[in-house]
Amino acid sequence: MLKIKQLAFQAGEFRVEVADLQIAAGEYFVLLGPNGSGKTLLLSCLSGLLRAERGTILVDGRDVTQLEPRRRQIGYVPQDYGLFPHMDVARNITFALRVRGMGHAAALERLTPLIDLLNLRGLLAHWPLTLSGGERQKVALARALAIQPFLLLLDEPVSALDWPTRAEVLEQLRRVQKELAVTTLHVCHSLDEAMAVADRAGVMIGGRLAQAGRLEELIARPVNAEVARLLRPAPAATRRADERREC
Amino acid sequence: MPTVAGPRAHWVSVVTVAFLAAFVLAVAALVAADLWFTNVEAMQKVLASEEIRHAVRLSLLTSVCSLVLVVVFSIPVGYALSRYRFPGSVVLDAVVDLPIVMPPVILGVSLLVFFRTPIGRMIESVEWMRFVYTVKGIVLCQFFLTASLGIRAAKAAFDAADQRLERLALTLGCTHGQAFWKVAVPMARGGLAAGAVMAWARAVGVFGPLLIFVGAVPMKTAVMPTIVYLEVSIGHIESALAVAMLLLAMAMVALVLLHWLGAGRRRWWAS
Repeated sequence: MLKIKQLAFQAGEFRVEVADLQIAAGEYFVLLGPNGSGKTLLLSCLSGLLRAERGTILVDGRDVTQLEPRRRQIGYVPQDYGLFPHMDVARNITFALRVRGMGHAAALERLTPLIDLLNLRGLLAHWPLTLSGGERQKVALARALAIQPFLLLLDEPVSALDWPTRAEVLEQLRRVQKELAVTTLHVCHSLDEAMAVADRAGVMIGGRLAQAGRLEELIARPVNAEVARLLRPAPAATRRADERREC
Repeated sequence: MPTVAGPRAHWVSVVTVAFLAAFVLAVAALVAADLWFTNVEAMQKVLASEEIRHAVRLSLLTSVCSLVLVVVFSIPVGYALSRYRFPGSVVLDAVVDLPIVMPPVILGVSLLVFFRTPIGRMIESVEWMRFVYTVKGIVLCQFFLTASLGIRAAKAAFDAADQRLERLALTLGCTHGQAFWKVAVPMARGGLAAGAVMAWARAVGVFGPLLIFVGAVPMKTAVMPTIVYLEVSIGHIESALAVAMLLLAMAMVALVLLHWLGAGRRRWWAS
């Protein structure tokens, strides 16, 4: 579970303020926003890479606002996946356990269910540079999940992928998230993407959280013109929303 | 037999490869001339000479010591220059490069003058800290002349290593120290190793400041380059060239190693 209260921080000239945001335990929350709206900065602050000026961040009831990144137990998958190029896939995945003192073989054994869940067994000996975009995404996800995070942060996880792969990866993200019941905050600027995975969604504009709620509600009752413009469904998104309602 | 697809020949490739061939030919011509001038007898004499064998051993010992010092200094200094901006960092960056542009002889003079100052005299007064006219002085000269190269190479290597991955490592449970050793250093390993080999190759060839700061006393402070100088000064050109060939062979091994490391031995240092 994630609770943000009166959070504010500055990154250069840009200021981010989130007055109130709650994501329930096991919920898949998508934060939508145009480029430059502060979504990635918010993820950096939640993961501890940027310091909060004021406010509180509660993760599973624990105040992590002033904690170092390594003590937060928050999994973070950056936009370009950030795989370590000098390690093979197996060592990328076991990295977080190895820095906590576990041996590589023991870590690999401990992570077997996760490796199988993400169907990564055949890729363990590969090097990041040889992987496709979808495979890199899965490896980065496995690495972030290896610490059994209280919260999973996904920064535009499919933006670098082609459309057919996107659909496949989004479906897998949703399946894995449900199976592990990990609270997830996924940022993107595609309504179509949000439709595919979100339990609830929020819209960030100009460094502020403009609105949050169920996606259908946001589309039906946007708080202002900017939110309405962002949530104007593309034909494909409308179709998918209809399909989900019918289900 | 499978064929390997290569770039199509065009005027840019022809001209650049022609320049490459011309340069390689020029270097090869110099080496060939040296080989032609010396002879097997001179080479045997050189290898049999105790003075020269001592100089070879001293060259290897001192250059390896200075290499260790260069590595110990250049990794943290290169990292600091690459990652942090602070008031005066531009000036510090320039100061680091100073020994590269400083004529080597001036470095020898500067070291000699420094050890005549009160601080220098104080250092020299400690028995195991004497540098002037000692083997430790050779290491000091080699270190000052090569550290800048090592630092510059380390900075370039850390510049090329994605800093965001270090930050990401923090979210995966690393301390800043672990992120440095497990992510930054391995990612920069190719450049660091190349810088180290380059620094070592330069250290083996240091000559100018040694003549002034430690002298060229056979069996004491004479290293390979100073032996070459001494042999030339008494007209033993063949012997000088034979020593030079030895020096060249050592440098060649180092340069092959440099290019091998530069090519990226990814599995070699997978953490």
